[in-house]
Amino acid sequence: MKIKTALAGAIAAMAFAPAAFAERGSDGHLSIIYWQAPSILNPFLSGGTKDIESSSMIIEPLGRYDQNGNMVPYLAAEIPTVANGGVSADLTSITWKLQSGLLWSDGTPVTSADIKFTADYCMHPEGGCAQAAKFDKVSSVDIVDDLTVTVHFSQAMPNPYGPFMGGQSPIIQKAQFENCMGAKAPECTDANFGPIGTGPFRVTEFRTNDVIQMEANPNYRDPAKPAFATVTFKGGGDATAAGRAVLETGEFDYAWNLQLAPDVIDSMAAAGVGTAISAFGSLVERIEVNLTDPSSSLPEGERSTVAHPHPFLSNANVRKALSIAIDRNLLVEVGYGRAGRPTCNLVPAPALYASDNTECLTQDIEGAKALLEAEGYVDTNGDGVREKDGVELRVLYQTSTNAVRQDFQALIKEWWQEIGVATELRNLDASVYFGGDPGSPDTYQKFYADVEMYANNFDGTDPQAYLGAYRCGTEPKPSSQWQGENINRFCDPNYDALIDQLAQTGDLEERGRLGRMMNDMMTKDSNVIIPLVDRGRVSAHANSLGGVVLNTWDSELWNVSDWYRIK
Amino acid sequence: MLTYTIRRLILAVPTLLFIALVIFLLLELAPGDPMAEMPLTIPPEVKEKMREALGLGQPWYVRFYLWLYQFFVVEPQYWIDGLFGTNFADGAQRIISFQSRSPVFNTIAERIPQTLWVVGMSYVVGVLIALPIGIISAVRQYSWFDNFGTFVSMVGFSVPTFFTGVLLIVIFSVNLGWFPSIYDTTLKVDDWPSFVKQLKQMAMPVFVLALYNAAQISRFMRASMLDNLGQDYVRTARAKGMTEKVVVLKHVLRNSLIPVVTVIALGVPQVFGGAIITEQVFKVNGLGQLLIIAIHGNDVPMVLTLTFIFAVLIVVFNLIADILYGVLDPRIRYD
Repeated sequence: MKIKTALAGAIAAMAFAPAAFAERGSDGHLSIIYWQAPSILNPFLSGGTKDIESSSMIIEPLGRYDQNGNMVPYLAAEIPTVANGGVSADLTSITWKLQSGLLWSDGTPVTSADIKFTADYCMHPEGGCAQAAKFDKVSSVDIVDDLTVTVHFSQAMPNPYGPFMGGQSPIIQKAQFENCMGAKAPECTDANFGPIGTGPFRVTEFRTNDVIQMEANPNYRDPAKPAFATVTFKGGGDATAAGRAVLETGEFDYAWNLQLAPDVIDSMAAAGVGTAISAFGSLVERIEVNLTDPSSSLPEGERSTVAHPHPFLSNANVRKALSIAIDRNLLVEVGYGRAGRPTCNLVPAPALYASDNTECLTQDIEGAKALLEAEGYVDTNGDGVREKDGVELRVLYQTSTNAVRQDFQALIKEWWQEIGVATELRNLDASVYFGGDPGSPDTYQKFYADVEMYANNFDGTDPQAYLGAYRCGTEPKPSSQWQGENINRFCDPNYDALIDQLAQTGDLEERGRLGRMMNDMMTKDSNVIIPLVDRGRVSAHANSLGGVVLNTWDSELWNVSDWYRIK
Repeated sequence: MLTYTIRRLILAVPTLLFIALVIFLLLELAPGDPMAEMPLTIPPEVKEKMREALGLGQPWYVRFYLWLYQFFVVEPQYWIDGLFGTNFADGAQRIISFQSRSPVFNTIAERIPQTLWVVGMSYVVGVLIALPIGIISAVRQYSWFDNFGTFVSMVGFSVPTFFTGVLLIVIFSVNLGWFPSIYDTTLKVDDWPSFVKQLKQMAMPVFVLALYNAAQISRFMRASMLDNLGQDYVRTARAKGMTEKVVVLKHVLRNSLIPVVTVIALGVPQVFGGAIITEQVFKVNGLGQLLIIAIHGNDVPMVLTLTFIFAVLIVVFNLIADILYGVLDPRIRYD
């Protein structure tokens, strides 16, 4: 009897054990599906989200952003700040200190030499590093001791967290990549397909554009993690199939970025196998207004350049009328459901930089008509289109080919029709539209249209570079091979002054104030950018998968070491 | 026959070189950019650097020559090295994919098993179903079986695979849960349970493709049989008192198979081309999916190499079909 009781007690204790003392590899197999298949596990050679996120399970940066955009140390002992002395008072250097005792998955110690090597690897002039912008203004990386490096910048950096912070800039092993510098980078297929890392998992098999097999990293710094022993990371197909595999058939545990109509996700989730989750970041679907004349009657090389201001879109009130004629709530309902919310801001988050700009959220057709009326645009010939001095309000509205975007185009065309603006719609294949081919007339940079729609965001939590893109003279133009980020051809000396001021301001509150001011100048004051939807991310996980925290500021798989099986 | 074959093979060389040039120029002239899939957060200067690192800074004829050299000289050297342990290649640059920065032939080799298993099997199954259906439909023309066969092949012909595929997934994966909706390319078949698993995951894609293939081939078979059934030699055979079985299976079938065999041979390159849509629907991730991803990503070396291999296969199987014709039909000799 006693033995029986003891056995029962032991069994009871074992049953509760997994919750109390989790053990590495105790939860078996995890399967993840990304409908875009990872091509390579080296984020320095590919800027693709699929590659950055899949590699984030294997290689890690010194620090990451959490779900609220706060910095958390990963390989570093702590996040350096001015307050703790890690960032110099003049903002020209930052000193990172590694946690002690860190090991690579092959058992060798992680040292400051690896950090310096990572910077050298990406900053090599022939390497074509996709994350070179992260290392912008870095003048040198000095090894202080085995665990400490100091990054020196050529100028004051109010945001010194470019290098080694976030999923785009992980640390790679010097010993593995030493012979892969510069032009030799693509030759190191084995290293690019199976980087040695510090993350919770290591690669056992990589098939490009298909599948990755991983197992728990035996040298991971937390001996109790990860809970899963093996991982299958499948790629390919489409968002619908990925959603189905997690929400309906239960074949997979986690599906990334389900860009699907809201009712489709809801009907899949009704099966009760998995849960759709969403989170918001800085991604904004917007209409960009061309301030220059894209007319095909102008000679090639002068179209859409600052030499010819737009005949009517250079008028701020016309732009405002276009903006307030849009019902953003309906757009969200039609296109994004829980994955979107209407916005009037270019920078919708983080809270510090988000302006309290909500004026455009209520549609105002009458107000829009009155604005056009006041500017002297009236329909004199009765064709339903307003004109002034022989210039009719006819716009060409382009975007990439995508079901939601075409729905948006159709709705907005209707609203603009109501206020007397005729709209011609055009959609272009994404690989052409977002490609930078200077020979193609159809790229978003060339902007041979009056207005165009796409979504953009910024890496990390600091919008300085993002807002700084609208500087006078930085627009795409023939002399820059049509490269440049000032898509609208915007130019305002006051705005340029704010860019410079932001670049020299270290105080966070003040940075927030400047950021909000710049956001307002681009949106509600001038309507050069007409924001539509603050686009969130929708992913899905099986109901049996615990610990998932959706994060839009870093890799979605940022805390995969904490994931576990709910028993 | 031999001289004919040799002549055809020699003629194939300039044809293939011309095809390679045309494909290259088409890719070159088509709008698109390998950087288009990169996030907009990567600044244009960085993208320009990346393009240079991919070798896009050089003029097109240099890049074309480089590709030809790598395809015909460097790659064979690597194969020889791989087979005999020699070192001809000596670390020369292989054809590298823009997307994965890895040798394209490694990726292709990785993909061939899935494609052969699924698409190849569906072709075999399709042929095995199509031949009897075609024969019986012709012999019993306008019977209920013939009408039913016609209906099935019309369905197979006209309903696209992206519809049948998704329909099957909804019925058999989502509702019934019999088969997986996502193909597991890492599955290793080494015992009975894994073999059953392989059969299960192949069932739906093979069915979808087999239906399509069978529809085509059964129509050819039927038409060819009908042509022959009305011939004088059939009447003679019957007049000699042969049984219907002997007439149909020995006389008519053999003669009818000649054109059908060529049709089947001409269809083989399609197997290697993969079934782009079906592979996407079932996530088989074979050659078809590889090609479509490469096209989306403007991965010129990958698209060029794959399409060129398909061109080679088409030329070769055309030749095989012509030779088979001569072998099967003694009236046709090319010398």
